[in-house]
Amino acid sequence: MIETLVFYFFSAILVASSLAVITVRNPVHAALFLVLAFFTAAGLWLLLEAEFLAIVLVLVYVGAVMVLFLFVVMMLDINIARLREGIWAWLPFGALLAVVMVLEMWIVLGSERFGLVGTIAPEGHPAGYSNTKELGRLIYTHYVYAFEIAAVILLVAIVSAIALTLRRRKDTKSQVASEQLAARREERVRLVSMPSGKK
Amino acid sequence: MNFTMPELTPALPEIFLLAALSVILIVDLFVADPKRFATFLLTQASLLVCAIITIMNASGKVVHTFDNMYVSDMMTAVLKVGVYVCVFMLLIYSRRYIESRELCKGEFYTLSLFATLGMMVMISANSFLTLYLGLELMSLSLYAMVALQRDSHVATEAAMKYFVLGALASGLLLYGMSMLYGATGSLDINRVLEAIKSGQANPDVLVFGIVFVVAGLGFKLGAVPFHMWVPDVYHGAPTAVTLFIGSAPKLAAFAFVLRILSGGLQPLVHDWSQMLEILAVLSMAIGNITAIAQANIKRMLAYSTISHMGFLLLGILSGNVNGYSSAMFYVLIYALMTLGGFGMVMLMSREGFEADKIDDFKGLNARSPWNAFVMLLLMFSMAGIPPTVGFYAKFSVLQAALNSGHVWLVVAAVLFSLIGSFYYLRIVKLMYFDAPIIDAPIIANQDARILLGINGIAMLLLGILPQSLMALCAQSIQSSFSGF
Repeated sequence: MIETLVFYFFSAILVASSLAVITVRNPVHAALFLVLAFFTAAGLWLLLEAEFLAIVLVLVYVGAVMVLFLFVVMMLDINIARLREGIWAWLPFGALLAVVMVLEMWIVLGSERFGLVGTIAPEGHPAGYSNTKELGRLIYTHYVYAFEIAAVILLVAIVSAIALTLRRRKDTKSQVASEQLAARREERVRLVSMPSGKK
Repeated sequence: MNFTMPELTPALPEIFLLAALSVILIVDLFVADPKRFATFLLTQASLLVCAIITIMNASGKVVHTFDNMYVSDMMTAVLKVGVYVCVFMLLIYSRRYIESRELCKGEFYTLSLFATLGMMVMISANSFLTLYLGLELMSLSLYAMVALQRDSHVATEAAMKYFVLGALASGLLLYGMSMLYGATGSLDINRVLEAIKSGQANPDVLVFGIVFVVAGLGFKLGAVPFHMWVPDVYHGAPTAVTLFIGSAPKLAAFAFVLRILSGGLQPLVHDWSQMLEILAVLSMAIGNITAIAQANIKRMLAYSTISHMGFLLLGILSGNVNGYSSAMFYVLIYALMTLGGFGMVMLMSREGFEADKIDDFKGLNARSPWNAFVMLLLMFSMAGIPPTVGFYAKFSVLQAALNSGHVWLVVAAVLFSLIGSFYYLRIVKLMYFDAPIIDAPIIANQDARILLGINGIAMLLLGILPQSLMALCAQSIQSSFSGF
């Protein structure tokens, strides 16, 4: 009973904050609402006994990705008015499509097909069950191939991020410490013998 | 939980390529040569070794490993060798082009290999998870390659469009897959099939999932109405990258479609073939009619790709082994034709000049009769005029569609390809009957010139003797899909 209440509590906040992400005018607020959405989603995962995933969601998405995102949003001066240009012309058409889609999805995925009738609720795990341990075991055995490919995808991300952003410019004034340290006295100081002037 | 070490030998080509890639990544750091010849040679050598391993590994049997996530059979072997050949050829074609356009970084080669690895994963995937991961590996490398020419405004815009629409397509695909998972309780394609056959899965949810999967696949293939990105990306990307996007990934996408629809969802063939019918007819119509209005040959070839994808879907929607094997033949031939077409565009380009206008081909016969003849063969083949192989490819697809009872589709396909032959033949007319507007000599690497010649002649030779390749396709589809 209490679990159901908690579920609806989190779900309501999740849906509301997701809506806010796409409707608020200020991009910083949108990013903060996304953080809220992640937190509530993590709460839902905790209810499903997926503790590790819930904590990772908070640590990685909220702690790292969204903070970075906030930085980017603050650095870039995004002109909201220009982004929203022409939205009213398309809104009725888009809204109509969206309503039709939602109705269709409602019909197909209605509760008699996807509710507890269609699928059996999973049983709770016994005490002492470690979600983290199970995940680790599966990732390195059953899913090892997929795990490796995911690692390669990360490698591609590194390679392409460097290829797209690293630009060696000739006119930068950056210091090269090794060259500075390797400099010898002879290269920098020239002794010029000047005849002393007569007084 | 018991864990047995998975059999690694079937996945040897992938393992070797990844190892070779890591070596090339490091070696490239020490290459001082601005032309990156060492990187080029190493890349080509690793593709050759991969081809040898794949051919040695091919046993004609269906082998699963990594807990059924990986499959190796004859179809995967043929398609993988096709991918290696495509990448090998396109790297030779594009070497001179990238040298003159500040594209010649080691990353061009390493990202090509990463994309190749992604295609191999896709071709050999037997689970929704590995299918998706392979697709992402390939797509991410391609997005980066499109954007590699950073100072070009068009290329950056094309990369942006490609990335955003590609991400949208991946989202649709994943949503569909999650529905299929919800209905069948497994990501493994064999088990999905079993669940559907046993009737446990809810058919409404399955069809709902298929709608999204087909939409996602339509995006990736570039079939109408999900084709908006194709002309812009083909036009904006550097021609070397356009050639990449247009050729090898289509082989992988074909394997992808076949694995999901004909492998896992075969019992629902009635549902998905109806969806493909709409995509096929629209693709052939919009592709062929819009291509007529194009003045840019890269855009024209983009629309021609869309129409070819329509033909490919025509083979797949027949829903039987015969249709699949003719579609496989079609996609292999399509990749060869595209390689030749864009290869010719790159051959005619030189430093500071892109031969991407249709008018640039005016009077090619007077400037270089041999190249004009090769282009003529390629255009004839794309239009499907006998005795080139394009005719045979179209013919076998149409025959398969006719045998499965899609008469009106076949009639429409013939009509649209008739309309389509106009713009292919216009190029031939410009080359042979118009006066040249530029008379600069065509400078090209000797290897690219010779390979392009072979590419063109292959259109003719395969057209006269298509049986062996056709038999290979039929045999590999038979051995891979006879269990279904």
